[in-house]
Amino acid sequence: MNSIFSMSRKDVITFLIFSAVVLLMPIWLQPFGAAYPDLMQKFAIFGILAIGFNILFGLTGYLSFGHAAFLGAGSYAAVWTFKLFSMNPIPALIFAVIIAGLFALAIGYVSLRRSGIYFSILTLAFAQMSYNLAYSVLTPVTYGETGLQLALDDPRIADAAFGGGSDVALPVSNLFGMVNMNGIPGFYFCAIFLIIGFFITQRIFASPFGMMLRAIKSNQNRMSYTGFNTRPYTLTAFVISGMYAGLAGGLMAVTDPLAGAERMQWTASGEIVLMTILGGVGTLIGPVVGAWLIKYFENIFSSFNENVLHNLFAFLPEGIEKFVVEVTSMFVGEGWHLTLGLVFVLVVTFLPGGMMEGYRRIVDMFQKKDDGDGKASTKSDAATAPAE
Amino acid sequence: MSERKDGPSRRKVLKGAAAGLVTAGVAPTILTSSAFGQEYRNKPTGDTVTLGFNVPQTGPYADEGADELRAYELAVEHLNGEGDGGMLNTMQPSNLKGNGILGKKVAYVTGDTQTKSDAARASAKRMIEKDGALMITGGSSSGVAVAVQSLCQEMGTIFMAGLTHSNDTTGKDKRRYGFRHFFNAYMSGAALGPVLADEYGTERRAYHLTADYNWGWTQEESMKNATEALGWQTAEAVKTPVGAGDFSQYITPVLNSGADVLILNHYGRDMVNSLTQAVQFGLRDKQVNGKDFQIVVPLFSRLMAQGAGDNIKGILGSTNWNWKLQDEGSQAFVKSFGAKYGAPPSMAAHTCYVQALLYADACERAGTFYPVEVIKALEGHKFDGMGNGPTEYRAEDHQCFKDVLVVRGNDNPTSQFDLLNVVQQVPRSQVEYDASIFGGDLGPYEV
Repeated sequence: MNSIFSMSRKDVITFLIFSAVVLLMPIWLQPFGAAYPDLMQKFAIFGILAIGFNILFGLTGYLSFGHAAFLGAGSYAAVWTFKLFSMNPIPALIFAVIIAGLFALAIGYVSLRRSGIYFSILTLAFAQMSYNLAYSVLTPVTYGETGLQLALDDPRIADAAFGGGSDVALPVSNLFGMVNMNGIPGFYFCAIFLIIGFFITQRIFASPFGMMLRAIKSNQNRMSYTGFNTRPYTLTAFVISGMYAGLAGGLMAVTDPLAGAERMQWTASGEIVLMTILGGVGTLIGPVVGAWLIKYFENIFSSFNENVLHNLFAFLPEGIEKFVVEVTSMFVGEGWHLTLGLVFVLVVTFLPGGMMEGYRRIVDMFQKKDDGDGKASTKSDAATAPAE
Repeated sequence: MSERKDGPSRRKVLKGAAAGLVTAGVAPTILTSSAFGQEYRNKPTGDTVTLGFNVPQTGPYADEGADELRAYELAVEHLNGEGDGGMLNTMQPSNLKGNGILGKKVAYVTGDTQTKSDAARASAKRMIEKDGALMITGGSSSGVAVAVQSLCQEMGTIFMAGLTHSNDTTGKDKRRYGFRHFFNAYMSGAALGPVLADEYGTERRAYHLTADYNWGWTQEESMKNATEALGWQTAEAVKTPVGAGDFSQYITPVLNSGADVLILNHYGRDMVNSLTQAVQFGLRDKQVNGKDFQIVVPLFSRLMAQGAGDNIKGILGSTNWNWKLQDEGSQAFVKSFGAKYGAPPSMAAHTCYVQALLYADACERAGTFYPVEVIKALEGHKFDGMGNGPTEYRAEDHQCFKDVLVVRGNDNPTSQFDLLNVVQQVPRSQVEYDASIFGGDLGPYEV
């Protein structure tokens, strides 16, 4: 390994295809009704969150149930930077990543003393503590339920020093006063971070460090017996993954300068786990796909009301149309959780490796390989990760 | 890595990727030029105009949200000339003709705020960016209203707030693009004060339990100011988390505090729970300082009263509107709402219905959907026949000024909806205040 940029050919192709898919979102999402800036920003941001989470869960097998705490910490850090320093997203993101990293270091240091279910419970407890702190105890810092928002009379020392900003309207986050961070430019800003994040993950997956993490996943005891101290490795993975979450939280604040405690709630942590499992644990692309799927459901399915359904099924005869609308309306609108639950159950039952396993099975169907190869590709997730 | 002969060459892949990147770079300019080349965002070009109804469909205020949505659907019907027309017939002055807005049929999209700022902003953004909503309305929490309102200011989309009672919505967080028909905490305090003095005397010690967010804080402040002006003392004010469920740990200390009035600055299910528990703890049967212990709920709604059951009997509070009002506008609204849904509307439904009509009327008066003109048409607009008597949208802070109702839980309800009696209709002059006392800045017309 002479340079970090020396990648296998397969990695290069995966990376390029991934970048193209992400950057071309405004075009290929059009037919799905999802090509509007806010949702695409969410796709990019939660993609970052999911690949970061996958570094921990996919590689080391440590299931953190408290990742939303880092997301929230990142958001608060970014909004405070906006309020006090500058509306430029760069310092806000740096600060968000640092704060989330420190947070992860502290929580990881304690939680990683245990493994398995105890680790999960510890992280869950810490996340819930952070949520409650943000929600009520630390109200002067987090503004509790109301959420941390920008105000006209914020100091913003850097902006004030350079004479930027206006006195009448609330400022929007912008890159050196040139590009505003909402709408399509905001999406591309997030997309670039997603691609960088993806690249780093690829490198980690292919590195000796990544190999070490996988070894920890397969048998931690054996690692200890051979004389390895596994703790520094798991802690590093935990902190990296927390920094990804902090970056995602910071980007959420960049595209929409507001931070609320509900970002830290345990349901938010659970959502990250769902994303990763739905897409495919331990694969490079899986978690991103899972994140996109969940965000798509959350934003599009929840917006269907009976009106939309009536239009959709207008071609059916009167009686049947009514029945169909009645049945489907249970699964859309506020019932979108039900649909998501069903999809999740189906995926976990029939495709334990997530969407990526489905993809692999389809590919396998078309190009029949000899038995030995086929077995290897379904046996372990890590073995078939594109990074191999 | 074995080399595959049939696969794409590295050169081909790179070329393709480069072409893709160029397209991606150009695409946004195509998209934005078509989106922003217009005079304003989401200008309706077809024969329909889309409104966005952003209400809580899940979470602690879901009951209010469901009722709001019913009211909006009714308003859309009436605006499009279907049904019996409701308040379209009583509104004074009115430019609505029952043929949609400016001749365009009204369509709508809905979103779920979940009573969370994040979710509410996401669904509002979705309705504006994807569904082309020209106006956003609804909501049942001040935290959400403030968050969505500032988003709408950034987006240049008018926001007609639903149920939001915090002073901040049209006070320190007011926005040029945000309008509120509902009354606020200050008005509740000003209206309740004299009634409390009449009923309970001027020597009382009050204990506050307050929902720990934006609305609760201003509600507590307003009630403190109003009661202390009467000569009451404030024993203590304790903040409780929203959605706490169990309030017993907050109610026990009330007994030993020497207070003889408990003021519950709670709303929705919080209020139902805290009131029920306070009654179960026997607070209302107690004698403190030689006086009967009393409970006051500054913001009262019929939906909450329904949830609290017998516990609300005799309890004083204030409300924006009640379905038992006998004026023409209220009657017309209650009649068409009842005919469609089989139950009288709540005050949340009323304020949302009125907001939708007011927006439509403002568009008609402005002769355009252009938000800046619509805002100017709403600012300072005086109207009547909408259930609250003569009302004015004050230009300085976009707050409606009208009479406020002081109500009491009905001791002998004749039906499951007959839960509140109007004690007094407090005139507008008594609850009016100077727009500058809460600070804040509306911001620019053009964004």
